[in-house]
Amino acid sequence: MVKPIFSKGKIVAKTGNEMMAEAMRQISPDVVAAYPITPATEIVQIFSQFVADGKVPTEFVAVESEHSAMSATIAASVAGARAMTGTSSQGFALMWEMLYIAAGLRLPIVMAEVNRALSAPINIHGDQSDTMGARDAGWIQIYSEDPQEAYDNMIQSVRIAEAAKLPTMVTTDGFIISHCMAAAEVYPDEDVKEFVGTYNPDRKLLDYKRPFTLGSIEMQDYYFEHRYQLAQAQRDAKKIILDVAKDFKNKFGREYGFYEKYKMDDAEIAIVTIGSAAGTTKAVINELREKGIKAGLIKIRIFRPFPADEIAKDLANVKAVAVLDRADSCSGTFAPVYSDVVSAMYANGVTGPKAENYVYGLGGREIDMNHIKDVYMHLDEVAKGKAQASKTVEYINVRIK
Amino acid sequence: MKEQEHKPTAAELPAGGIVEAGTAAEFKTGPWRSIKPVWNKDKCIGCLTCWIYCPDAAIQIAQDPAGKKGMIVVGIDYDHCKGCGICSRECPPKISAITMEEEKK
Amino acid sequence: MSKMIEVRWHGRGGQGAKTAALLFAQAVLSTGKYIQAFPEYGPERMGAPVQSFNRVSDDPITVHCSVTEPNYVVILDPSLIEAVDVTEGVGTQGKVIVNTSFSAEEMAKKLGIAKEQVYVVDASKISNETIGQNRPNTPMLGALVKVIGTLDIDGVLKDTRAKLEVKFRSKPEVIDGNITSIQRAYDEVKNS
Repeated sequence: MVKPIFSKGKIVAKTGNEMMAEAMRQISPDVVAAYPITPATEIVQIFSQFVADGKVPTEFVAVESEHSAMSATIAASVAGARAMTGTSSQGFALMWEMLYIAAGLRLPIVMAEVNRALSAPINIHGDQSDTMGARDAGWIQIYSEDPQEAYDNMIQSVRIAEAAKLPTMVTTDGFIISHCMAAAEVYPDEDVKEFVGTYNPDRKLLDYKRPFTLGSIEMQDYYFEHRYQLAQAQRDAKKIILDVAKDFKNKFGREYGFYEKYKMDDAEIAIVTIGSAAGTTKAVINELREKGIKAGLIKIRIFRPFPADEIAKDLANVKAVAVLDRADSCSGTFAPVYSDVVSAMYANGVTGPKAENYVYGLGGREIDMNHIKDVYMHLDEVAKGKAQASKTVEYINVRIK
Repeated sequence: MKEQEHKPTAAELPAGGIVEAGTAAEFKTGPWRSIKPVWNKDKCIGCLTCWIYCPDAAIQIAQDPAGKKGMIVVGIDYDHCKGCGICSRECPPKISAITMEEEKK
Repeated sequence: MSKMIEVRWHGRGGQGAKTAALLFAQAVLSTGKYIQAFPEYGPERMGAPVQSFNRVSDDPITVHCSVTEPNYVVILDPSLIEAVDVTEGVGTQGKVIVNTSFSAEEMAKKLGIAKEQVYVVDASKISNETIGQNRPNTPMLGALVKVIGTLDIDGVLKDTRAKLEVKFRSKPEVIDGNITSIQRAYDEVKNS
């Protein structure tokens, strides 16, 4: 029986995009600047309808490109506004140089991002290549498994961004979640507003009584200090993220952390992944557990800042782990999530578990329960010493030969 | 020898590269000059054209003590004048109250 | 843990297969079940064969892969049987509901599955008579609820009426027509 967790919550049937737009309406930012792109179009389309219908007092800026969307959002944020945008894939790529500027200027912009493959070939479907490419841009990255998480993450992201002074993106898997209607809980407007609070920036560029310069040139003698600050801000954001999650649980009842552990307490073999595939993995684990196979899952929610020490600790006791990446690095070696997970393990002296890397689901390619079951079966063999862990990245459900 | 400047650390710098307004005054660009403007008080008619055009706000102005005009030119701020010569160029030709001369090193 | 129900809808672009899946999910959610509804996105063209999917369960649904072995297949347009493998993954247990004036026996022959697996209802005729247009997707909701058997038709009708009342406040005849069409298909769907 579907029941709300929050006493004043209401159960609705909504897609990932609808839930993100709903969160944006409730957050009621001062400015939203956006340009439509599949599969994120609905988010700003629904939101702009809210604006047109007078349901939210936001200044909606319809721009002519995503580069302009990010630029306008940056300008609004600099001026002292709570500013948001939304995009996907090619649009996200077109924002590229402005992403780094938003982070470098330490602006708490929140972006609703729908993960979609990058061209070429043209493909509108879900994979995480777009935001994985921006993992070093200085943005906080929060990934969502389903529409509920997308909504909850949006609400938390505003407070995280403003406390950390870091731009923050919340993502869902394109079509798989953005267009999947599911049972979800929404909270009353006033409760979300109370949780989010008001935005009171230290400095506003439009404050003519305390004028300042922003975005100046910095040479060899200053640039490095500011980039160090940015990296340090990511490290400091970890505490903020957990504090906001704690407040969120106290208020609305749902628990969030850097990642979700599913049946990890006694797990001998584990998968680490991000996004909707984690949900399918849980269903596989339930089946395997019935057969006595001790399978577990770590579903990463916060990819930036990367919770390295925590993940290493939680993987220390497994015999074999597979990291499933929905993006490839084209680095000649491994994909992004694997690289971070294994670095974290090595740095923490966790060298016991055998580790493997799989790339899956590019361009929306199906990943079903059998694919995931195969990964666990192989991990089981590796754990028992019957098979060797692959030294190179492996691919799931792609025609190679 | 020039005094060593204290450069703020990452812990001291404001986040996001905020630079307070008005810091150009602290940055002395006068030594960049190879030619310098020389202002002839007697020729100057106080039209303030040089003041308008000076890119470094190096034309010093003040209230006319005689009370005939509002503001008049009173001198040149050699700490910030880079010697670009725009003031000399823009001074009305019939007046030529500012001439450029070699900087004596 | 009770078993999850998986549904696949077949229609043509513009016929409302996606809408039917969304409406079905919303209505079933109102009766307290966990739901999923998602369309298959491809090159969207009017008339092209399209699919949409539902999952229904008493427990939270975490799987996000596509539905490959549906328990129920709903066919909005019988001409699709020639064009698409509508019985793919149905096996010997899955049930197929067809919008047609033919008998279940005749459809079973066309589909190449057992007669026990086939249900028929003339949803086009029902919608023509109740809504005044060939809109088989709404009545097929009623047929699906009946064939599944474990869902609450009164809850589904109540939720659908509430949704339509918001959308068609000035056209009460549209609301009544749609509700009647669902009820009629629920009553008329048959295995013979």
